[in-house]
Amino acid sequence: MGNVDYMELIYSFHQDMLDNKFTLVYDGEITHQITKAFTSLAESKMDSYSEDSSIKKKVFHVMVECLQNLSKHAEEYEYKGNKSQYGNGIFIVGRIGQEEKEYQVITGNAVEKKRVPELKALLEKINQLDKEGLKELFKKQMREGSMSEKGGAGLGLIDIARKTGEKLEYHFIDMDEKNNFFLLRTKISRIID
Amino acid sequence: MDVIKIKGTDDTPNIILDAENNIIEFSGRSLPEDVVTFYAPAIQWIEEYAKNPNPKTNVIFRLEYFNTASSKAILDILLKFEDIHNDGNDVTVFWYYQEDDEDMMEAGEEYSEIVDIPFEMHSY
Repeated sequence: MGNVDYMELIYSFHQDMLDNKFTLVYDGEITHQITKAFTSLAESKMDSYSEDSSIKKKVFHVMVECLQNLSKHAEEYEYKGNKSQYGNGIFIVGRIGQEEKEYQVITGNAVEKKRVPELKALLEKINQLDKEGLKELFKKQMREGSMSEKGGAGLGLIDIARKTGEKLEYHFIDMDEKNNFFLLRTKISRIID
Repeated sequence: MDVIKIKGTDDTPNIILDAENNIIEFSGRSLPEDVVTFYAPAIQWIEEYAKNPNPKTNVIFRLEYFNTASSKAILDILLKFEDIHNDGNDVTVFWYYQEDDEDMMEAGEEYSEIVDIPFEMHSY
């Protein structure tokens, strides 16, 4: 006999996933192996219903950049007295919207508060720019941004906005005196333009 | 000069750097775990090649996919060839992209706007 409440919690967790159309939820460290596993899982899933190749490419691209952001930038933090051994991030993939006409990729990770203003400024800047502006920003960051030990120089976020043609949806939650939790939601339309 | 031949995998590109046979080529997919380490031998090779380049250098890119971390490494490679070009040598970049792959075509165009080397764009 297992703990009934606990078992039912799992069932309600399962229902939450179905209700929200989450097909993959992962919480933990993101490694290169996990990135490869998740992207190939998504690719073969999309192959199984013959998803359009340009949409497949976009989903792959966004997943790689999102996972990379988590692996490079997720901050370690204490949760209820336990320090997470690695930077913990949550990663969610699903198909949403009317007749599931969109894919979504969601990431969540702790970000040090002192880094938040810079990140917010970049997100706001990206959301103000049009296609041409994003292209110029990408070129500028690529030229000027050195490959820091964290890597990337914000290229990933700009690239996500460019590839999806959508504004970045994001939210910051106050966690403790040191960190904010940063949520980023990316949608990829399945309608071919 | 040493020949570099790196066989591609599903996350690293094929690289051929062969001065004697005049072949410089990057193809396939690029999302290595550690971009800087992966591309370091290629960068070193180009620096060595720059000391005594062939009269005509064709640099071939035939990439299917690269992540943003790789995009910076690719720029670094192109900038090395730009130095060779600026030293008065004949350098051309051949940028291949799949016919329906607009993103890869645009990526090539963007590099050609940043780097001062003639680019030839080809779809396949």
